[in-house]
Amino acid sequence: MSVGGFLGQLFAIALALVLAPLLTGWVNQCRAWLQNRSAPPLLQPYYMLHKLFRKDVVLARNASPLFRFAPFAVFGCMLLACAIIPSLSTDLPLAPAADTLALVGVFGLARIFISLAAMDVGTAFGSLGGRREMLVGFLAEPALLMVIFTLALISQSTSVATIVETLAHREIVIYPSLAFAGIAFTFVSLAENARVPVDNPATHLELTMIHEAMILEYSGRHLALIEWAASLKLYAYSCLGLALFFPWGIAERDNFLAMIAAAPLLLIKLGIGGCLLAAIETVNAKMRIFRAPEFLGTAFLLAVLGLLVRLLLEVRA
Amino acid sequence: MKLFDEPIEFAAQPGIGAPVWAGRAADGEDLLRFAIAVHRAGGRIAALWGEDARPAAGCFRLDCAFGINEGHAWVSLELPAAAVACPVYPDLAGIFPAANRMQRATRDLVGIATDGGDQRPWLRHGGWPEDWYPLRHDSAHEVGVGVGFPNLPSDYAFVQVGGEGAHEIPVGPIHAGIIEPGHFRFSVIGERVLRLEERLGYQHKGVERRLAGADFATGARLVGRVSGDSTCAYAWAYAMALEAACGVAPPPRALMLRAIMLERERVANHLGDLGALGNDAAFAFGLTQFMRLKEDWLRLNAELFGHRFMMDRIVPGGVAGDLDPAALRRMVDQCEVIGREVKALRAIYDEHPGLQDRFLTTGAISADLARELSMTGMAARATGLLLGGRCYRQGYTPPPPFDRLGVRPITDERGDVAARVAVRFDEVFESLRLLKEIAVAMPGGELRGEIAPVPGGAGLGIVEGWRGETIVGVRVGADGRLARVHPHDPSWQAWLALEHAVMNDIVPDFPLINKSFNLSYSGVDL
Repeated sequence: MSVGGFLGQLFAIALALVLAPLLTGWVNQCRAWLQNRSAPPLLQPYYMLHKLFRKDVVLARNASPLFRFAPFAVFGCMLLACAIIPSLSTDLPLAPAADTLALVGVFGLARIFISLAAMDVGTAFGSLGGRREMLVGFLAEPALLMVIFTLALISQSTSVATIVETLAHREIVIYPSLAFAGIAFTFVSLAENARVPVDNPATHLELTMIHEAMILEYSGRHLALIEWAASLKLYAYSCLGLALFFPWGIAERDNFLAMIAAAPLLLIKLGIGGCLLAAIETVNAKMRIFRAPEFLGTAFLLAVLGLLVRLLLEVRA
Repeated sequence: MKLFDEPIEFAAQPGIGAPVWAGRAADGEDLLRFAIAVHRAGGRIAALWGEDARPAAGCFRLDCAFGINEGHAWVSLELPAAAVACPVYPDLAGIFPAANRMQRATRDLVGIATDGGDQRPWLRHGGWPEDWYPLRHDSAHEVGVGVGFPNLPSDYAFVQVGGEGAHEIPVGPIHAGIIEPGHFRFSVIGERVLRLEERLGYQHKGVERRLAGADFATGARLVGRVSGDSTCAYAWAYAMALEAACGVAPPPRALMLRAIMLERERVANHLGDLGALGNDAAFAFGLTQFMRLKEDWLRLNAELFGHRFMMDRIVPGGVAGDLDPAALRRMVDQCEVIGREVKALRAIYDEHPGLQDRFLTTGAISADLARELSMTGMAARATGLLLGGRCYRQGYTPPPPFDRLGVRPITDERGDVAARVAVRFDEVFESLRLLKEIAVAMPGGELRGEIAPVPGGAGLGIVEGWRGETIVGVRVGADGRLARVHPHDPSWQAWLALEHAVMNDIVPDFPLINKSFNLSYSGVDL
């Protein structure tokens, strides 16, 4: 590992930590504008984190060590995911640590921890949220895996870096399989990040919550870590989507300068992505919770279609 | 005259208020038989309250208002005071399920109870002893009325649901959002709701005790604040009751101005609810748009009437404030603008597949169930029941000024959230039309008549507020002050309907169903 690579990796992680709340703030701003509201400041998520980190933690009397450990585990998982996913460069020292399948596992691990912690205190809402989260999760994961298989078929590898490099260097040919996979990935991202139409991050109605219901019992620095982790997850999914489907402009060497050069393009891409997410959230209503399986089933179906199109039509050509 | 060939003798209430026939039941048996006859005729229980009438009449009194096709039948039953600590009367909940909570609240406050059935407390949450009744005249307590008792939260026997996989979800009284407090106990299997039981009363604030002995003006201010979103409906119902009790008829111009305020209150609340219904389905665009319209509406209220919610503008005898032609012109102009915008928003709501998927078939109530539960108002009309105090129907003539306005009844047969949304939209358009019509047909004349207390007078006022039938019963004491005032919110009946509406729906749909009723907590917690 070169010093440049090491620096690059550190830079990518630091960038994720800084950019993730900013992305959340940007999405919130776009959404407010689209709804004709005056928007909260772009830095609002940082103010929130600052406030939460200074507050005392209130713990339920029967909270187990798991409850206290979960925020750190979730935060760690998301940070690891952000370190693996190529945001600026495909050639990072940590990239070989986990391929795309392991990445899905990392997200799954975080889900297990947060759901267990939600049920730990034993409130009705925690179990309600944990139950719903597992429902969404176990439908979203296969769809995500299918998307990844499609991409792995194109690049003959499950390593994220290799996939991105292959896709970035392909001729400008339209891959129908990629279109299917792209739509499926969007569906899964919406569900995994607790966005409308599957969940509503802005709701105060405790009975309809999924993600928010799981973290109702958290406060102080624990809540800050979870909120930050949620931002990191959105950032990770955004970067993954951008790297897989819009890889142009990403640096391919562990050159620190090349990464700096790739940064403005990433910012622009994230900005556009955030706008699109806000638009999706504005024009959609939240679906009935029992429609979520249909929604994610559609995502799975689209991903399988992409895989079949790849196998049947594109491989021979 | 007799009603339904029952022995009770009724007399029409004087004045120009809503049609009411008042009568006195000789005993509990008569009351029970009359209730059965009302039920058989498709009527409903409209309100039930009690009174400690020992100083004036040497007895306790139970008052029941029944809704019948022609108007309201108001039956009083005197209960002898001396015999037992807690006089009893026949349980009406077996005939009208909606009577259950009214009877329990009456027992908690006045100490007259049913001879059977549900004896759980309703308003009393352990804040005062079981054998102490705040509305009794001898209920003074050394520190003050009700103050100084130790607060001993009592267990409440919720109905248990058994079976494989059934469990309970307790929600509230403190919620994640800033709303009124109420406790909801869901019995569920997975996400499916088997049963919902509400427990309210967290906002009990002794309104009725405060009203006892107050003068008319103080009463008007207090009744107008029972449920802030219906202040015009309450103030008018109170004024109507007092005017009937004192034999006064408000001038025609005052009646028209009252109608303007009532319709403006209806539009304001419907606009807010339509936005909130969109928001509860995560369609926040709807909320911001409707809140913008509502804000414009309320600001014009403030300019025209000096108060955003028009509090204290309807007073006994008339109104406290006039609108000049320029003000009426501005009001009509605003109706045009709001009408156009609501029409555009309705097109968006109606054509939004995600929103319609949430609304349709959610929280459905059939017309038969609505009638059994004595529902009134917007939610009842959304099941197809042709109920409304402002509209003509076979055998019923609305009170002035609505007899001259020709209000179109708005109904929808579906009974679900979508129906309640559709009825709200249609009622907004109808109210806008009415406001424009009133503006051109505004009679001249006085704004307010003198109202002199008639000792011993009694009256019942009924106004079709935006939520439904808002009722105020008044009895004037020998000293010319208020002896007993009972404000009745339509939410009493609708809370029960909500329990039925959510059955067999799923837990995450409850907030939407709840919002589609948008019931008052404060109005029933008194």
